[in-house]
Amino acid sequence: MSNRKIGDVILDVQNISLSFGGVKALTDISFNVREHEVRAIIGPNGAGKSSMLNCINGVYWPQQGSITFRGQTFKHMNSRQVAEMGVARTFQNLALFKGMSVLDNIMTGRNLKMKSGLFAQALRWGPAEREELQHREFVEHIIDFLEIQAHRKTPVGRLPYGLQKRVDLGRALAMEPQVLLLDEPMAGMNVEEKQDMSRFILDVNDEFGATIVLIEHDMGVVMDISDRVVVLDYGKKIGDGTPDEVRNNEDVIRAYLGVEH
Amino acid sequence: MQTTAPTFPRLLLAHAEARPEAPAVREKDLGIWQTWTWNAVAQEVREMACGLASLGFKAFDNLAIVGANRPHLYMAVLAAQSLRGVPVPLYQDAVASEMVFMLNDASIEFVIVEDQEQVDKLLECRELQQGQEGQQQGIRHIIYDDPKGLRHYEQPGLMSYEQLRELGRAFDKANAGYYDRAVASGEASDVGVILYTSGTTGRPKGVCQTHASFIAAGRGGVETDKLGPGDNIMSYLPMAWVGDHLFSVAQWLVGGFTLNCPESAETVMNDMREIGPSYYFGPPRTFEGLLTAVSIRMEDAAAPKRWLYAKFMALAQRVGADILNGAPVSTGDRFMYSLGNLLIYGPLRNVLGMSRIRVAYTAGAAIGPDLFRFYRSIGVNLKQFYGQTETCAYVCLQQDGKVKLQTVGTAAPGIELKIADDGEVLVRGVSVLKEYYKRPDATAEVLDANGYFHTGDAGVLDSEGHLRIIDRAKDVGRLVGGAIFAPNYIENKLKFFPQIKEAVCFGNGRDEVCAFINIDFEAVGNWAERRGLAYGGYVDLAGKPEVLTLVAECIAKVNADLAAEDGMGETQIARFLVLHKELDPDDDELTRTRKVRRGFIAEKYAVLVDALYGGKTAQYIETQVKFEDGRTGVVSATLKINDAKTFPIVKAAA
Repeated sequence: MSNRKIGDVILDVQNISLSFGGVKALTDISFNVREHEVRAIIGPNGAGKSSMLNCINGVYWPQQGSITFRGQTFKHMNSRQVAEMGVARTFQNLALFKGMSVLDNIMTGRNLKMKSGLFAQALRWGPAEREELQHREFVEHIIDFLEIQAHRKTPVGRLPYGLQKRVDLGRALAMEPQVLLLDEPMAGMNVEEKQDMSRFILDVNDEFGATIVLIEHDMGVVMDISDRVVVLDYGKKIGDGTPDEVRNNEDVIRAYLGVEH
Repeated sequence: MQTTAPTFPRLLLAHAEARPEAPAVREKDLGIWQTWTWNAVAQEVREMACGLASLGFKAFDNLAIVGANRPHLYMAVLAAQSLRGVPVPLYQDAVASEMVFMLNDASIEFVIVEDQEQVDKLLECRELQQGQEGQQQGIRHIIYDDPKGLRHYEQPGLMSYEQLRELGRAFDKANAGYYDRAVASGEASDVGVILYTSGTTGRPKGVCQTHASFIAAGRGGVETDKLGPGDNIMSYLPMAWVGDHLFSVAQWLVGGFTLNCPESAETVMNDMREIGPSYYFGPPRTFEGLLTAVSIRMEDAAAPKRWLYAKFMALAQRVGADILNGAPVSTGDRFMYSLGNLLIYGPLRNVLGMSRIRVAYTAGAAIGPDLFRFYRSIGVNLKQFYGQTETCAYVCLQQDGKVKLQTVGTAAPGIELKIADDGEVLVRGVSVLKEYYKRPDATAEVLDANGYFHTGDAGVLDSEGHLRIIDRAKDVGRLVGGAIFAPNYIENKLKFFPQIKEAVCFGNGRDEVCAFINIDFEAVGNWAERRGLAYGGYVDLAGKPEVLTLVAECIAKVNADLAAEDGMGETQIARFLVLHKELDPDDDELTRTRKVRRGFIAEKYAVLVDALYGGKTAQYIETQVKFEDGRTGVVSATLKINDAKTFPIVKAAA
């Protein structure tokens, strides 16, 4: 369908181990993500998928290993640093301001890009107003892109779940991310909503040129839209490759179908 | 301001010259209303036309237009006309297999579409065409307005709107004067548009309308309602529908008001409140939907507000319509109404997006009397018109101050009406179609030697010349006494009662009208429970004497109505019976769209019909029924034949 150019490695995760007390969440995980690709992380419940995302995102600090982003290697990063480097994410359990409108929620995604200070913004002082207009225009493009014009002024809490997920994606897009981390973007959706979301993810990848790392349970969706897939089980990597390779991987089949050891 | 140019492209140029900076079209994009002035529209149309010409589009070629109401698509209509070509708007929700028929029928080589969805569909159409044998040249060029998602499409013949304009600018420079000559060569008698009829009966037919007829139809409407610069209209109904072409193209270019295109189909209500249009069209179901939304919110309101609302709405019901019609109303009522206007009606109109409405129209289906009265009573000048694709939707209009609920108004300027002997409405005049595209046989069927178009509707003209549509002509019959019998008309009146679910009337070739009634199980069941009336299922309930009395009261009201109407007095219902089972599509008694199959029912229940006309008082019947799981069973009952109360015919005070 599309002929995007998959580029060099943009994000390289090396030998990550993370534990909470005695619980080993991740053990010696390594994989990389190339520019412009759609990379999926899959695995059964409790496999460590969200923990992996949280490490990349700077929420958790892994005890061992390193993360290299665009050639810079980090032991651990804080979330703000990560965001400033162009990594945005959406959340499994939605992290939106329920009482604020769709428009305002997506505007918050522009926060890091705003140059004028708090007071200038509050008073619409001098260049602050012009700046806000530019950001608003960008946000309007996102609203148009996600087809949520009808809900621009609706408080997010009043929207159905599927639309809230879309707003969450919109807020992440507002950061103009180079890498977009999606944590179960299709959890709890019906078939139609899943199709819509798949289309949006592919379009984001295509039009915004963002690299996408996503966690997903729905195997059908993952196999359809991903370029490469990492499979985790009990905090270990058990498979890595194209959807076809992963599908035929014995370990993966065992993890998913629960064959006796 | 009006101009007298004979074609639509020349009307556009006249506006661009007279008022270059006035707003012609608006569209909400990126949350802001973007405006095209008349000058800008003229410029873009010129570029688009030249672009089409450079691709080989020539006079009398057809340009298909597929998409929602976008300014560029309206401009495409004018671009095709500028080259003496013919725009063919198609319904955007048609699937590829349906669309291919019209694309082949109109020999379409050029298509302009809205977005990726439509591009995909047209590409599918092209594949279907290539699979067909004996098909000459199919679709060659597909031009799209919104490039989203289309970046990697590399199929031959695809082009963006901007690329087309680019070509147009180059062509215009290289062929100076080409465009002006093309526009000047257009004549009023050229076909200006082909609109496909939806084809509920047989294959779709392309209705060819000339510039002259649509301009005349547009002018009639603009003059009747004094539309002009400064007026605003929302364009949100399908472009392929004749009504939209009349309002958003013909009247727009004749009157020179402003078109407003909504941001998306879901935002229409919101956009309407922002624009505050002064001129509005909606089918009855839109008006009904709006009223329902208001009623639901009103029920959730606090008690004092509900009281105030009920109080003032009662007043509006009583005097609102008269005030709008300019009829005499007492000073006290007038004062209270203006107070109500301040407190209730005004804010209500605002919520509905109708604060600035001067004229609103509805058509397409019968509008319920309560609904119609509601809008008129709160001061919205809602009117009806009548017409079909073949007459540019321009046959009758209700004139200000002379609105009668039951009728669709008097003949529009330039239109002659005649009622044929069998009751069919015949139309002659400015807006009648030229022909069906490539279908002389179908044209001959509807256009007679005297130039009358046969509408297929049966109607009655009252003493003031107002037309009342009563039925489809093919359903209309006559009583032995000679009176016209319109079964659907009477059945619809019956079905306005919530207690009556279905009704079937007989009378063609008989001396009186008799009816089968189906009660609405839910409504009548509720009514019975509130009354403490015990019943054991549908058959039992339908046979209760109390229920028969209830139905008799409804029928008496309908008879009273009929007695007061011209030419309808003889068709009052003489006798009726309440059926022991619900009419059901599974038993072939109704069509899947829930229309009564009168002939089939008359045959199936011949004993009952005979009993009604044979003077019996009761009749035993056994009926086989199909249950939902496919089993069959038998329902039997003895049905009582009831006499209905009839009224002496009221002679119209002519």
